[in-house]
Amino acid sequence: METIEQIRDRLLARFPGATVTLVPNPGPAAEHSLLLDGAHARAVAFFLRDDEALRLDYCSNVTGVDWPDKEIVETTKTTVPDPAGGPAKVVEHKTKRLQPGCLEVVYHLYSMARSHGPLVVRLRTGNRQDAVTLPSLTPVWRAAEFQEREVYDLYGVIFEGHPDLRRILMWDEFKDHPMRKDYVSPDDYEWEPTPHGEVLARAKAHFPAPPPKPAGGAA
Amino acid sequence: MSTPLATPNPEPGTLNSELGIPPWARPGGPTVRPVHDEFHGDLLEISMGPQHPSTHGVFRMIATLDGEKIVKLKPVFGYLHRNHEKLGENTTYLASMPYTDRLDYLCSMTNNWAYALAVEKLAGQPVPDRAQYLRIVLGELTRLVNHACLVGFLFNDLGTSFTPLLYAFREREKIIDLFESLSGSRMMCNYQRFGGCRVDPTPEWLAEVKKIVDGFPRFLDEFEELLTGNEIMLARTQGIGVLSRELAIAAGITGPMLRASGVAYDIRKVDGYGFYPRFDFRVPLGEHGDTYDRYMMRILEMRESVKILQQALRDLPEGPIMDPKAKIRGFRPKAGEAYGRIEGPKGEIGFYLISDGSPNPYRYRVRPPSFVNLTVLEDMCLGHTIADSVVILGSVDIVLGEVDR
Repeated sequence: METIEQIRDRLLARFPGATVTLVPNPGPAAEHSLLLDGAHARAVAFFLRDDEALRLDYCSNVTGVDWPDKEIVETTKTTVPDPAGGPAKVVEHKTKRLQPGCLEVVYHLYSMARSHGPLVVRLRTGNRQDAVTLPSLTPVWRAAEFQEREVYDLYGVIFEGHPDLRRILMWDEFKDHPMRKDYVSPDDYEWEPTPHGEVLARAKAHFPAPPPKPAGGAA
Repeated sequence: MSTPLATPNPEPGTLNSELGIPPWARPGGPTVRPVHDEFHGDLLEISMGPQHPSTHGVFRMIATLDGEKIVKLKPVFGYLHRNHEKLGENTTYLASMPYTDRLDYLCSMTNNWAYALAVEKLAGQPVPDRAQYLRIVLGELTRLVNHACLVGFLFNDLGTSFTPLLYAFREREKIIDLFESLSGSRMMCNYQRFGGCRVDPTPEWLAEVKKIVDGFPRFLDEFEELLTGNEIMLARTQGIGVLSRELAIAAGITGPMLRASGVAYDIRKVDGYGFYPRFDFRVPLGEHGDTYDRYMMRILEMRESVKILQQALRDLPEGPIMDPKAKIRGFRPKAGEAYGRIEGPKGEIGFYLISDGSPNPYRYRVRPPSFVNLTVLEDMCLGHTIADSVVILGSVDIVLGEVDR
């Protein structure tokens, strides 16, 4: 297979308006990935699948990753000379900066026709609250159908163009997205409205209450 | 002197509504529909499962029938969902290893192997030769267990209640006894470690494996003589649930199900992970992609597994089973990510891990083969009868512990 830089350059030449960014993987596995923009993702995916040299016809793994908002503290050191002629002082300045979070969807692509791979492709949403829509790649690879449903279910990414976007592992009435990092599980999963309150009311209505104790006490 | 009661006794026969007591919230029961002799071309929607014996666990199929033919089928699952991936994010790398046993509880050895492979890729951890051979021995024994059981379960679904399954279980019992004597547990083996294996087998254990492996072809011959040419089996499986080559590739089907559709893609050959390139074995391929081919794939793969096992036992080197530099305690891989995959008995089982340098993985993802293989269940069932859908589901080979995670 071509190197990932070559693939990126070919994609940029083929799709002039698209942004394709190389995301390095610092670990020993060194499987770098390509970050695509949402507007061109499906066209790029069709190209990756149908291109004669690549033929990435097999989408193995689709998964979500949650990156919450992160506060980054940057420390800058400045050397201030001492006007009295002593040793220079080092003053530290701390600046806080909020790195906005996002939801990320990672696709691992292989080729059954050419027996090569993987090419790792990522898509990122605008934020984690309201801009969570990404184009679905199920029209390109049917393999993404259930896995994108799972990402929708557990992370809350809405895939535009998915044929049947429903919850798949959690039940349909479930409200939250449990794989997000800030998810707090309820105290009691098993809670459901039971008639106990009404049973008690009926019991109170039916049986007379015990007679109250006499006020002064029976001494 | 008597004080008035807090709530007076109502007159007998007073309605709750008159007292202001709301009607009890009753759970919605099943809607009862009258069954007619003639359906007048109506479609009938039936729900199979989640407690149906043929669904191999708590799995539900909502099928729409036109007469007896299926026109629509939606699988529903998640009844065993326990958010395995969240558990993995909240424990250390090693503590997830026993959890992987619980994914596909028939094949804990290959689950362990896939996870160990992914973590070794993440941390750049080498594995000594003897451990690589042992992994192949145990992985192929697991394949024998899984495929023999699958064939048994498939015949259960075909209606031969339990006889083939008991033949398969007789062989499986011998193998999982070996697993127990090696790892301490029959099914939840928890055997692999990052950079090797946990226990070194004794020569007696290896001799016992050799005995079982050498006797296995005889069991397969007996099994095939009973089953393969069976007339009912041929009538119920040939041409049923055909999966085309193109759809199988597009839908990401892996394992014996993919190869039954005629796609030569075996990760043991493609990736050459472990020491598989040193072994001489063939990858069986089907022609029609029907249920019969999927059955035959399992039988033929078992024969190839026996060949691999014989070579592995012949060539098993002496030496350490753990890399001496492997860290057990305080294991913190460098920041990065890795996707490791192996050819499990059910298909490609992969683990995708993101490390941020802490003792716990930042992201721990299981790529479950039987979950993805269920994508095409509806396509295979369309146009067949509801009885065939049971057989087609049996030939997909699902384990709900892995589908639901």
